[in-house]
Amino acid sequence: MSGVRVLVGTRKGAFVLTADARRREWKVDGPHFAGWEIYHVKGSPADPDQIYASQTSSWFGQIIQRSSNGGRTWETPGFGREASADGMPKGESNKFVYDGVPGTHQWYDGTQHPWEFKRVWHLEPSLNNPDHVYAGVEDAALFESKDGGVSWCELSGLRKHDTGRKWQPGAGGMCLHTILLDPANEKRMFAAISAAGAFRSDDRGETWKPINRGLHSEYIPDPNAEVGHCVHRLAMHRSRPNTLFMQKHWDVMRSDDAGDSWREVSGNLPSDFGFPIDVHAHEPETVYVVPIKSDSEHFPPDGKLRVYRSRTGGNEWEELTRGLPQQDCYVNVLRDAMSVDSLDPCGIYFGTTGGQVYASAYNGDSWHPIVRDLPAVLSVEAQTLP
Amino acid sequence: MIRVVLPQHLRTLAHVVGEVQLNVNGAASLAAVLDELETRYPMLRGTIRDHDTHRRRSLVRFFACGEDISHEAPDLSLPEPIASGAEPLFIVGAIAGG
Repeated sequence: MSGVRVLVGTRKGAFVLTADARRREWKVDGPHFAGWEIYHVKGSPADPDQIYASQTSSWFGQIIQRSSNGGRTWETPGFGREASADGMPKGESNKFVYDGVPGTHQWYDGTQHPWEFKRVWHLEPSLNNPDHVYAGVEDAALFESKDGGVSWCELSGLRKHDTGRKWQPGAGGMCLHTILLDPANEKRMFAAISAAGAFRSDDRGETWKPINRGLHSEYIPDPNAEVGHCVHRLAMHRSRPNTLFMQKHWDVMRSDDAGDSWREVSGNLPSDFGFPIDVHAHEPETVYVVPIKSDSEHFPPDGKLRVYRSRTGGNEWEELTRGLPQQDCYVNVLRDAMSVDSLDPCGIYFGTTGGQVYASAYNGDSWHPIVRDLPAVLSVEAQTLP
Repeated sequence: MIRVVLPQHLRTLAHVVGEVQLNVNGAASLAAVLDELETRYPMLRGTIRDHDTHRRRSLVRFFACGEDISHEAPDLSLPEPIASGAEPLFIVGAIAGG
């Protein structure tokens, strides 16, 4: 019988949640890397047992961890079985060095500030090679490893884009947090940076163009600027890679031309501020968001935790509340903390800054907490297992 | 033989229990000790000081014989009790945050 594995990154470690296809009884395994911030954990689509984790600490920096057995055991790539005969590591899996002289970007006060690597926010394994993985980092840049995370090289065409000097950090830092790979065009990929905007490459990440036409951000000097928009998350359905959904700082947006233009689809949402956005595994026009009250009040409107679902690709949204707290709830749901499985009915998962991980085995119609008291959840990734 | 006490998270990362004992050739400076530490435990590269510049990470501190030597030149010789192994060199994570 098939099953589901949910990979959870938190402020104080990683957790692996597993269930069979009924998704009623869950086993909780962890914490892995106890005490460290785990920004993201994601498995390879080509080999679900090969999983990468971003382990980070303000004290000791960035570590990349990898599991080849579905998260039961972990190693720092290049320091374990890949070590050479003399015992020395073949790679430097925690070494992220910008290509060339990094240059500067805009700082909070409008001055220029040097690019400085801080951490890996997002790991995106390639669609067909378990040893090929991309990393989105703070300060915003895209790195790539073709040897299972043993060594990393920057795809510097993105950071060196002409607009780079205008990029600026959001409140959470200047992070590259979203990487989408086009399943129909192996040369095409998308990235999103807070606060620069969305970008697309049509040549495997060598060169990039901003794709922010149609975004309107009243909090920046030119609301329609080419870059500077605080994009929180992008999502795509595998069957329609030209259709993208975006949760911006404010506004939920949609593009049907691979990001060349965007239109707002916030519709009847109680707030169009939020962080995550995701698409149903089998219905490309069914989209999920979690409205948050505002950029200064990072909790659900009215203290009610509600997922909103649109079955029309936006504009018309229905609240999903069954099983979710409807009073006195003041958690947040961060941008990488929502995911879907590909079972039928589709499973939807999200984690909160209060340490709950909620699951719905019924397309979002009803919810239950898999676990209630984890550290603040930073990321949630669901894997459907054969 | 030089004794080094690592912070808990780095002991876990390096798969060591208790103190680390290192043989350092030549003058026992902080830089030489860290070079040897990173040779023996390469997974620690980048966690204590920058990979390339060797600049100390800002929330990592070094203590020798009860003194904070974090701001001293890394090429200076360590105190005799550290160099002789009578006392350990402490590498600690600064108290910051929760």
